[in-house]
Amino acid sequence: MRINPKVSEKIAKVLIWAAALFVLTVLFAIIIYILYKGLPMINWSFLTEIPRNMGRDGGIASAIVGTLLVTTVALVLAVPFGIGTAFYLAEYTREGIVRRIIRFSAESLAGIPSIVYGLFGFIFFVMYLNLGWSVLSGGLTLAVMILPTVIRTSEEAIRAVPDSYREVSFSLGGTKWQTIIKAVFPSAIQGISNGIILGIGRCVAETAAVMLTAGGALRMASSLFSPTRTMAVHFYILAREGISMNNAYGTAALLIILIFIINVVANALVNRFTAKNK
Amino acid sequence: MKKHFIIPILLLISCLTAACAGSQSAAFVVAGSTSVQPYVEKLAEEYTFKYPEKVIDVQGGGSSAGIQAAESGTADIGMSSRNLRETEQHLWSIEIAKDGLAIIVNPENTVRNLTLEQLRGIYAGDYTNWSQVGGKDARIHITAREEGSGTRSAFEEMVMVDRRITARAIVQDSNGAVRQFVSDDPYSIGFISLGLVNVGERPVKALSIDGVAPTYGNVEEGYYKLFRSFLFVATEKPTGYSMDFIEYIRSPEGQKILKDEGLIPEFRIYSD
Amino acid sequence: MKLKENISKYIFLTLAFSSISALALITVFIIINGVPIIAEVGIINFIFGMSWAPSHGEYGIFPMIIGSVTVTLGAAVLGVPIGVCCAIFLTEFAPPTLSKLFRPAIQLLAGIPSVVYGFWGLLFIVPFIRNFFGGPGLSILAGSVILAIMVLPTVISITEVSILALPKQYREGALALGMTHWQTIRSVILPSAKSGIVAAVILGIGRAIGETMAVIMVLGNAVAVPESILDPVRTLTTNIGIEMGYASGTHRQALFATGIVLFIIIMVLNATAQYITRKKK
Repeated sequence: MRINPKVSEKIAKVLIWAAALFVLTVLFAIIIYILYKGLPMINWSFLTEIPRNMGRDGGIASAIVGTLLVTTVALVLAVPFGIGTAFYLAEYTREGIVRRIIRFSAESLAGIPSIVYGLFGFIFFVMYLNLGWSVLSGGLTLAVMILPTVIRTSEEAIRAVPDSYREVSFSLGGTKWQTIIKAVFPSAIQGISNGIILGIGRCVAETAAVMLTAGGALRMASSLFSPTRTMAVHFYILAREGISMNNAYGTAALLIILIFIINVVANALVNRFTAKNK
Repeated sequence: MKKHFIIPILLLISCLTAACAGSQSAAFVVAGSTSVQPYVEKLAEEYTFKYPEKVIDVQGGGSSAGIQAAESGTADIGMSSRNLRETEQHLWSIEIAKDGLAIIVNPENTVRNLTLEQLRGIYAGDYTNWSQVGGKDARIHITAREEGSGTRSAFEEMVMVDRRITARAIVQDSNGAVRQFVSDDPYSIGFISLGLVNVGERPVKALSIDGVAPTYGNVEEGYYKLFRSFLFVATEKPTGYSMDFIEYIRSPEGQKILKDEGLIPEFRIYSD
Repeated sequence: MKLKENISKYIFLTLAFSSISALALITVFIIINGVPIIAEVGIINFIFGMSWAPSHGEYGIFPMIIGSVTVTLGAAVLGVPIGVCCAIFLTEFAPPTLSKLFRPAIQLLAGIPSVVYGFWGLLFIVPFIRNFFGGPGLSILAGSVILAIMVLPTVISITEVSILALPKQYREGALALGMTHWQTIRSVILPSAKSGIVAAVILGIGRAIGETMAVIMVLGNAVAVPESILDPVRTLTTNIGIEMGYASGTHRQALFATGIVLFIIIMVLNATAQYITRKKK
């Protein structure tokens, strides 16, 4: 049976609108529910006090600091190595089998479930290297987890820089180093920072890989070797064990706000980049 | 071009933060069983409140992880909710408390008592319907803990003996998660630490086993048969900070905390 | 000048060498830790073994493979049509104001920690399934619904990019032939963007297979081959997640071996996605 094109157009349009509105509804249902339940919990003492009584009372200050520390360690390690690798691959090697293998490996490693990184980090950093449950173990685990993403996005950004930039720099007598620093890096920076922000987002949201590497201590971390809890882990434990739903909602609301801010910053960077290129 | 310094500056700031955080402090780590963790966390909190200069990190991970961590020095003390295995006998250990194992169901469930035989039958998968053990006609949703959990081993030793927990059982990774599920699902059954039965936003019902109710007194007197020991494990008899903490737990104050939380304080040192 | 050149080159080389060796180290470490147990129980017994009982020395991950496959398939069946429709909506129908709202929303959806989804599923999806379909609620269906939502951002954004990448002439030609908007989409745009959509689906599946924390909360984690979509199951990732803390000796090796299986699945998926996108060019 052939349906009148006008009718099928109508049906299709309705279905597509329905799908889109459905997705928006689900998204807002999740976000608004969490914010509705969580925002009232957020106040000054929630942000500045450390958890007491397993997290039933007190705030989440140590989890906030833990999240920042673990993410910082991960970035300090992954960013220079990731960008350096990307530059080496894009500027110093020629397209060929080696580069393709490296790219494929990076792509595959970027897709490996974070729990596998968690298992590796737990056995290798925590147990084998005896770093214990610590900011350092958690940061190292996250660093290797986001490294493939940073390499990939940076390399893409570097390769997207038109060859003419390099040629101009060379023709002005610039060396390779000068070309990279003065011509390629500035044009690729936006893409690179986008990759980094993506990495930050992953670090903040990650639970599986940090739970058994950074640990679950409620105390404020005092050194790189102290165990700590990130906000995502704190949320998981509170919600999973039914310790305190209110504090769980508060933590989740704060996480969503944090992710939102990270996204806004990322979009601002992209927009500035597109505006500049016009 | 100035804005391109943002990233290096961010990096510099983060390096500095990391460096500042690098100053070491003396803390000792207690790690292991997630069943023991909440109680020790409570003790540690009171302890550091009393002696603010002494810092204790309490860490979950599971009984086996705790014993391993104690063995490798990752933790100063390991917590275990199961007895030491053959291969772990060289470690120093002390029993800090006894904990009843409560068999819980949803408050809507009409069943109040199970024989040990029936309980074993349910978990082995012989009984799949509540009507077979005196309840409504509804499928039993069996909830167990994960393989390796101290609570699961204790349950297997005391209840299952030579039978195995059915593979169809739902597996939850903590006492709290089992409790939460049972409080939600009218046809479920689970086992958790007795001290946690009344801790939570929604109620669960603890069953009598062979006619004996799982009350504090019944466990203390030995009438209620399902209980296990909570152990502290270390490579050798601890000294310094760790021993001070153990002494604190043994003090009347520490005992009172354990008792208030529903555990039966008991001290027995297993060592050579 | 020359010296500086060389130094900079060697700095880059060192950075590249260290990160690639770090990544190689992980791969090798996982393989070295996992292979002995596979060799011990035999690859067939490991992959197709029906019983996972580490305390009894039984290491069969077949129930978990079935778990991963069914949950992921369910997520794909629910998530892909909706995701593709959303992408069409964004590129073809959306009024500018709505798409301005939509894109950041999708981005936020991608950034929300997976534990939050799991928790939300536990609060709403699981009781809903228990009350309306029966069973414990913790089930394949609950996991599929949560994962379907979680893979939406991947499916939507990659599909959208591949539709936007189509030359303008396709659309203009179709309209010139008197096709309606929907006919254009159905017989010109979707077929030409097919490889991009397939890649989107594969990458979405990759994300679904890799998810751990959200599904630990809603799947029920039973280690048996399920009989219906209302039964609890365990996936490969949750198997590692749940037992990681306890693992020692051969049990730990078996978890690493589970990791190897995941590794291989992801590589195959990735290679397929790359092959499909390259074939198009």
